[in-house]
Amino acid sequence: MNKTINQKAWFFVVPVFVLVAFNAAIPLMTVVNYSFQETFGNNVFAWEGTRWFKQILLSERFHDALGRQIAFTFIILLIQIPLGIGIALTMPKKGWGVPVCLILMSMPLLIPWNVVGAMWNIFALPDIGFLGYSLNAIGFDFNFTQQPGDAWFTTILMDVWHWTSLVVLLSYAGLNSIQPAYYQAAEIDGASRWATFRYIELPKMKKVLTLAILLRFMDSFMIYTEPFVLTGGGPGNATAFLSIDLVKMALGQFDLGPAAAMSLIYFFIVLLVCWVFYSLMMKNEVKS
Amino acid sequence: MAKITLNNLSHSYVPDYTDADLVLRDINIDWKDGGAYALLGPSGCGKTTLLNIISGLIKPSKGDILFDDKNVTSLNPVERDIAQIFQFPVIYDTMTVYNNLAFPLKNRNLSDTEIDSKVREIAEMLELTSTLDNRASGLTADGKQKISLGRGLVRSDVNVIMFDEPLTVIDPHLKWILRSKLKELHQKINRTMIYVTHDQTEALTFADQVVVMHEGQIVQTGTPVELFEKPKHTFVGHFIGSPGMNILPCQIKNGQINFAGQEIQSNSNIKKNNYKTTQLGIRPEFINFSDKGIPVKVKRVSNTGRHKIIDTECSGGTIKVLSNASTEIPSGSAHINFDQKYTYVYGDNWIIE
Repeated sequence: MNKTINQKAWFFVVPVFVLVAFNAAIPLMTVVNYSFQETFGNNVFAWEGTRWFKQILLSERFHDALGRQIAFTFIILLIQIPLGIGIALTMPKKGWGVPVCLILMSMPLLIPWNVVGAMWNIFALPDIGFLGYSLNAIGFDFNFTQQPGDAWFTTILMDVWHWTSLVVLLSYAGLNSIQPAYYQAAEIDGASRWATFRYIELPKMKKVLTLAILLRFMDSFMIYTEPFVLTGGGPGNATAFLSIDLVKMALGQFDLGPAAAMSLIYFFIVLLVCWVFYSLMMKNEVKS
Repeated sequence: MAKITLNNLSHSYVPDYTDADLVLRDINIDWKDGGAYALLGPSGCGKTTLLNIISGLIKPSKGDILFDDKNVTSLNPVERDIAQIFQFPVIYDTMTVYNNLAFPLKNRNLSDTEIDSKVREIAEMLELTSTLDNRASGLTADGKQKISLGRGLVRSDVNVIMFDEPLTVIDPHLKWILRSKLKELHQKINRTMIYVTHDQTEALTFADQVVVMHEGQIVQTGTPVELFEKPKHTFVGHFIGSPGMNILPCQIKNGQINFAGQEIQSNSNIKKNNYKTTQLGIRPEFINFSDKGIPVKVKRVSNTGRHKIIDTECSGGTIKVLSNASTEIPSGSAHINFDQKYTYVYGDNWIIE
């Protein structure tokens, strides 16, 4: 069959091109532009080559922020993934409990991020907040505005409260798609509860868990609003994660060049980790 | 190995049930040790529920299950020592074929050498030896179903092996092979096997005794030949056979059967006539065309290759006739005769003997 050649069809693609160009490609290229140049405003630019990249990669400030970021993401994944699976396993499979649990679980996800930050800020204040006051009342010296450890504790608790539900909902969906025959077969094979989880539930949840880990990695690695409202990156720089540090650099100090270079490095780290993780998880799928 | 007895078994999925909620009613079965049995019936007749009750996955609302005269009604599947193969293959994706087969034995804390010899023996029997080290998830549907089967066979202590429509997801050309394999295995290991299916060919080729179920009740238990030649219930008549039995309304007067204005001779001995409905049952295989007899009109002839199926019309109803492909079929008006030996009268759907 001969295909009719009709270049006019490209006109249909033009709107998408324009849209993508203005909301993604052009802003990104602006950042690339800034990262190689020095500017003093008035659209005057001076070529700097890879200087900003070298500066960022060698700066202690970036290393510290990256270290804090990796630690934060690692800790919340370590808590949220097992906790999420655990909650999903104990949720009812049928009856009136199902909608109740699902609604309760969805609630934190529906609250705007800055509201979550503000809520937890007030909740954890040592003098008037319920959590802060109670902790002090039972003898803990808790003050997240002064003590780095307490600030970390509050930030992690807030993130666990806000996002564990996502892991729960995804795991719950994964668990519900398992046919009853698998459980019956495991029962007949004499499998223990742990073996049933290890050899049936966990493998069947693999895809949704991959998705959950990816989403939680990306979101937590780029977290900004909640810690910004809760601690503002403090005390000192204790909770200044990558994006908080980046905004400080770009808007606080107006160091556009280094900030642009940092953005790109930041972006590539996220991209690389996601790609490596996804490839590893899906390696066996392709084979089979 | 065990003989299986079911006593007055009834089941409902709702806790406070009435008679209308029963999915199984008054099931009584006696199965000998080492037999091959089939539960046959259409979807929704309760056969899978019955199987799950025997395996212990469901507790019956009423009645008892006995293995070798020991009441096992309150025992779970592990305590009952049974094996079950499900409609679609259930395998442990992350394990190798070997570990899949070894899994039930490992859970029962057998020694490694015992496990190894058992697994290899069963793998040999099922022709899985060459794939033992492969990941089970990479196998085809029939390979996976063989693993499910193997997990039941490796255990030497199983009382009964149950199959719940195990060939549903298998390609047609492999169904035959797997079915013969099952039959062969049954003869080799001589364990009680129960096979649930809605496919009459599967049931009739596999089992020595077939239990036909209809709306939660057993309508007939018998050998394939008995089910074919003497269906006890009109349901068995038209469910088994292709095409099924002709079930024709008839009148009984003074012990005489009247159909379409003709007097019919049957194998039924009619002593009384207090039935709401009376019907005549005759398989298409046992009807012949002849010069005189019941007048019919030949409507349609379909040739299946080996047979001809002829739809004839008689006093408003259809009578199907099956004859050899080589038989000359009259067109238009014709006469048919019923073979008396295989003609039965059914009163309220049950056979009059």
